[in-house]
Amino acid sequence: MTELALKGAPVDRARLLRLLQDYGVYAGVAVLLLVNIALTPHFLSTENFRTQAVQVAPVLIVALGMALAIGSEGVDLSVGSVMALSTSLLSLYLGYGPWVALIVAMLGGAVIGLANGSLIAFIGVQPIVATLALMVAGRGIALVLLPQLKDVRDPGMSSLGSGDLFGIPYLVLIAAALALAVGFTVKRTTFGRQLLAIGDSRPAAQLAGLPVRRVLIVVYVIAGVLAAIAGVLATARLQASDPTSLGTLMELSAITAVVVGGTPLSGGRIRIGGTVAGAVLIQLLTATLIKHDLPPSWTQIAQAVVIVLAVYAARERGKR
Amino acid sequence: MTHTHTERPARATGGGASPGKDIDEAPLGASRAERLSALAQQHGALVTLLLVAIGASIGFDTFLTGDNLENMAVSSAFLAIVALGMTFVIITGGIDLSVGSLFALGGVLGAWGSQYGTLVALLLPLAVCGLIGLVNGLLIAKARLAPFIVTLAAMLAARGILLAITDEGSNTYLVDEKSFFASLGQEKLLGIGVPVWITVALFVVGAVMLRRSRFGQYVYAVGGNEDAAALMGAPVARTKIAVYTLSGLCAGLAGALNAAWLVSGVTILGTGMELEAISAVVIGGTLLTGGFGFISGSLVGVLLLKVIQNVINQIGSLDSAYQQVVSGAFLAVVVIAQTWLGRRRRMM
Repeated sequence: MTELALKGAPVDRARLLRLLQDYGVYAGVAVLLLVNIALTPHFLSTENFRTQAVQVAPVLIVALGMALAIGSEGVDLSVGSVMALSTSLLSLYLGYGPWVALIVAMLGGAVIGLANGSLIAFIGVQPIVATLALMVAGRGIALVLLPQLKDVRDPGMSSLGSGDLFGIPYLVLIAAALALAVGFTVKRTTFGRQLLAIGDSRPAAQLAGLPVRRVLIVVYVIAGVLAAIAGVLATARLQASDPTSLGTLMELSAITAVVVGGTPLSGGRIRIGGTVAGAVLIQLLTATLIKHDLPPSWTQIAQAVVIVLAVYAARERGKR
Repeated sequence: MTHTHTERPARATGGGASPGKDIDEAPLGASRAERLSALAQQHGALVTLLLVAIGASIGFDTFLTGDNLENMAVSSAFLAIVALGMTFVIITGGIDLSVGSLFALGGVLGAWGSQYGTLVALLLPLAVCGLIGLVNGLLIAKARLAPFIVTLAAMLAARGILLAITDEGSNTYLVDEKSFFASLGQEKLLGIGVPVWITVALFVVGAVMLRRSRFGQYVYAVGGNEDAAALMGAPVARTKIAVYTLSGLCAGLAGALNAAWLVSGVTILGTGMELEAISAVVIGGTLLTGGFGFISGSLVGVLLLKVIQNVINQIGSLDSAYQQVVSGAFLAVVVIAQTWLGRRRRMM
């Protein structure tokens, strides 16, 4: 057995690794599903699937924007703070009606994204540093606007958070629609092609005459708006605005989902299907640990291990 | 301005063979504009600190009191020790996001260990946090993973370990107030708190290490151009492993001293501290692109952040959230200025 495997090692190992990178996340989701169906009581119920899907929706929406940023060879660390800002703006403007509040919240995300994008595209600041500055300032602004937790009592918001269409929660429908839209943008539009070219090699894209700055700015604006939408949806689900804690460590979950899903940190390649599966994988992993009464500390350690393993697996491709 | 003159010779000799010397080189055949921009990069933070401090002492009677200064000095000390390790990491072109969690973990381990004596209370946090830093370094240098993602994972893992050993955060270990360990945090020597003395000593050691030792030269070389450093024969992997270990050790020590100061291992500390430390280092003039930076700047950066925080607290009517807004804005301004100054230099 071992000898046979060793014989064809160079080719097979590379191919196996590639398969693992591309489809490992789906296998991981399948394994976790099977394990849970076998071992976890009451796992196989509509109610449970609903809960899991509703919980994963905001993470997924943030991860979609993160996938674009990572595909452009950047990263957006400010997404969690944008969620906080969006929840503050939402509850401040809810008096003018839910639509106005929603638009203001999304505008807030767009402004932060515009600031990120301008720093990165025009001034040439590294993405990690630019978005770090906005991460610090963003949560500060959110807390200045709304210093403490505030209940959100609005019929529109509560139906958004807990309502459904044909039995599928609105949150899940919105997340799915956004995933399709972002997937289409990456695969089928000029913007998507330009984005991947820039992520592959910015100097080459520049020489080819691509509008590098404009594309980068749009990427971070989209990431900001998506994070703001996630903030609105999370607020609607929790029926409360909590700028102190909403979205903390969200950048980590989103990056994990993207990386686990097979998008390399080195840019030039985006896998939206993998990102969706990556977000589901993290959610299932957390749910599995919680349902088996493992404390949150173990969940955190497990998530850390998964991140490192995923990045380690993805590293081989970057080297080739 | 005296600082300008006292610092230059040390920098010139220390930076002699390092790729981080591009700014030292500037004054040789440089135009006046170029020299000014180099000066602004090195001493902008110090000038700002002096201006803010002078403004604050004129504006608030309570600013220049012994109590207030002592308070600011001690609370700066812990962040300064974390920023010291971070400076080494950033000069190599890396970043360490795990320091906030390691700071908290160090505090909890120190408080728990203090029941077995001061030696355990100091060595346990150093060993555990140093080990986590070592793992960070190995993953970054040997497995070649991106520093921010490795240390982000370490931040999560360290917080998880902290929760696991404190009964999910509900158990706060206390330090015996009469123990020698507690006196490390609380005693005063010549009217100045022991943590402040320790910090000053560490900064002197750190500055000498960075400026005068072979290791310091390697740190600059790795950050300046990793491939060139490897071709020159610098031990790139070992240097990287060393800086992340050092950063872990610094964060653990700072946490332990903070626990001695508070006489308890508070579990919720340290969130966002990595951002404060990075901000301080960058504001102090160290380039996030690596290859250039100095230890004294990080100290100035820490003091500047703490003075601004103090001023915001003095105003009273302002919420502490303004501190974050100001820090973030400050960070953005500094980074813009640095990028702009760097570009000008390259063009000339």
